Amino acid sequence: MKTKITRRTAILGASATAVAAGTFKLAAPAIAQNAPIKLGGVATLEGPFATGGQDGYRCVTMELERRNWTIAGRRVEFIRESSNAQADVALARARKLIEQDNVDMILGPLSGAEGIALRDYSRTLTGKSIINGSSGAADTTLRNPSPNFFRFNTDGTQWMAGLGNHVRRVMNIQDVAIVAGDYAFPYAQVFGFNIEFCRAGGRVQHYWAPLGTTDFGAQIAQINRSNARALVVVHGGTDGLAFMTQYAQAGGQLPLIGGSIMADATMLSSRGPHRRLMVGMISGGPIADINDDPMWRDYVARYRARWLNEGGFQSPSIHGVNYATNLQGIIAGLEAVSGDLSGNQAAFQRAMSAAKFKNPMGADVSLDHNRQAVSDIFLNRIEERDGRAQTVAFERARQINQTLGVPEAQFMALGAPSRDNPGCVAA
Amino acid sequence: MTPARTTVISLIGLAVLVVAPLVLLAILPQNQAQFWTSNILGRGLVFGLIALSLTFLATYGGFISLAQMTVAGVAGYTVAVLTQGAVPTIVGGLPYALTIPAGLFASVLAGLLIGAISVKTRDIYLLMITLALAMGVFRFVETNIAWFNGYEGIRNVVGPDIFGLSFRSTYVFYYSVVASCAVLYFGILYLVRSPFGLVLQGIRDNPRRVSALGYNVGQHRIAAFGVAGFIAGCGGVLATIYNIGISPGSIGLGASVNILIISVIGGLGHPIGAFVGSIIFTVFDTFAATIYDRERFNTLIGLVFLIIVLVSPDGVVGLKGRLMALLKPKQAKEAKSP
Repeated sequence: MKTKITRRTAILGASATAVAAGTFKLAAPAIAQNAPIKLGGVATLEGPFATGGQDGYRCVTMELERRNWTIAGRRVEFIRESSNAQADVALARARKLIEQDNVDMILGPLSGAEGIALRDYSRTLTGKSIINGSSGAADTTLRNPSPNFFRFNTDGTQWMAGLGNHVRRVMNIQDVAIVAGDYAFPYAQVFGFNIEFCRAGGRVQHYWAPLGTTDFGAQIAQINRSNARALVVVHGGTDGLAFMTQYAQAGGQLPLIGGSIMADATMLSSRGPHRRLMVGMISGGPIADINDDPMWRDYVARYRARWLNEGGFQSPSIHGVNYATNLQGIIAGLEAVSGDLSGNQAAFQRAMSAAKFKNPMGADVSLDHNRQAVSDIFLNRIEERDGRAQTVAFERARQINQTLGVPEAQFMALGAPSRDNPGCVAA
Repeated sequence: MTPARTTVISLIGLAVLVVAPLVLLAILPQNQAQFWTSNILGRGLVFGLIALSLTFLATYGGFISLAQMTVAGVAGYTVAVLTQGAVPTIVGGLPYALTIPAGLFASVLAGLLIGAISVKTRDIYLLMITLALAMGVFRFVETNIAWFNGYEGIRNVVGPDIFGLSFRSTYVFYYSVVASCAVLYFGILYLVRSPFGLVLQGIRDNPRRVSALGYNVGQHRIAAFGVAGFIAGCGGVLATIYNIGISPGSIGLGASVNILIISVIGGLGHPIGAFVGSIIFTVFDTFAATIYDRERFNTLIGLVFLIIVLVSPDGVVGLKGRLMALLKPKQAKEAKSP
């Protein structure tokens, strides 16, 4: 008995020493003469969007490796943190990056509510910038924008450009059921869809479910009894998978329209009965697996070569491309000022605001006065190609701005997207 | 340990917390010192307060409740709903001087209610019923847009100005937290030696005998949950201000279980365990991703907690007793041997 306790004590002593050593190592200040640029990352490696967050880091790592971890002649130190799609966790991680690790800028976060929380946090900072990762809530940049928050990816509303008109006019469907997550990003997507669809005379019925929902049985029963002629699915991550699996098992038959994170590599790479249903799904978004552009083909080839054997997808996901696009914005800004971040980053931030470049999809990206991207949006159809389901671009809307071409004052008058204001206004 | 010794040790701990920011400033660059003060010690103590409410219930009443984070959330949401300047404005318009007491009042009510609902249950059944209540509140808040703004919660709860100083300042926040912790901690040490505390401990050891002595066991239990509600409410208000708002994720299953983990690794034998556990938890929660693979850091957190509980079932606070017990007979043996 005695020896047993002694051994335990020894283990404890050892682990306590290890912990203490680790803590002290962390506390030591990092001082360097030719200091590297410190880039902090916030992405979801836990929770419903874990696969998206991992892919975001894959694409960022790939680009930094290609540049040999050097931007504008300065070495880049990339400090990654993980969130779980909750605003308070993202905030805690961002604070740690800014205050403890003393990063110059943060690339992230991934999801809508996190984006709004970090936008608010960025306003309290001086001499630091937060560049969005993949979050796509409209209000992050549309209302109360922060001067320190930049978004080089298009938002959830923009991603739906052209989809509502396509469903109403080309597919000639008048009644749809919309299932969507009950938070900022799906609000933005539903808003973007409804603006076009309802104007063209469509009618919608909404079914909201909180992020992290696993049982959609009641909603599916209602949808199957309703008179909807098509189903718009604006879920993503594990929620999207759960919904689609249950819808397939319940014998769902309606033609499917997908939100941007539904028709994505993250969903198409998962196994299950949903895959059969998803072939033929129409969706809108900033990327497509198959897009006839040399830049994109080259990007996909490099992605596959680097990551296919290390857990990557067959083709980069929307989150991966968004993180890569935002990193390009940082790179463009840094190169314009030759890596000089002095003067509280004022010159760097001006350079980012003025940056113009082509993202991995070959689409031109520039920022508007709210530091929000204006770029191209693709209409996609899911097809079986090379023995697997892939999104194939069949239409491209060029240079879509945040108000979908509606004059800004008129667009703002529609109010902020929410479940009570889903943007369905008949013309 | 005698009460006097406990008080001395606690006072030393308090003194350490009071001077800690100065020591950190002396050994670390300024921004890191502030980070440690506010985001490690401050955040640790705030969650320590919520864990303290559970430790109080468990140590002196023998009740393990999983709803303490929920009670804290009731206080946090009350403040967020009522306070001027919160986004979105739900009721709004009231100053912190009114909303914070209102939050604490609501948390005491929530504590009493949970105590009353679970008054007949013990052990695993108590755990289950409090878990069910916690998840019920969580789901309700998450789906209710009109009052709680659903999944996104309520933001921009920046906290009051104290004597003209903003609560957002690292040191104003930190010392407010330390002061709250000290008052509540010593309050508990006092309370458990009062007649009410003694009856509570009697209930823990033998409810039937206490009942036979003429005390109303049920009422004492409910009152204990009310006291715990007040403590958790203080933690909830501070946590809400620390996070500049509150969202359902803050009171979800993960958060509720975290409070239990904090209490268990700290040790359920004494109220101080709540703070010890909470600071250990915060350090690992913050730095695990730096120490270990970022995609697997939760494994490290789990492993550390597993080791602590394996080595010392009564938590870090119980370690000292274990080490003493280990050393003493050994010395005796050595003394005997020639």
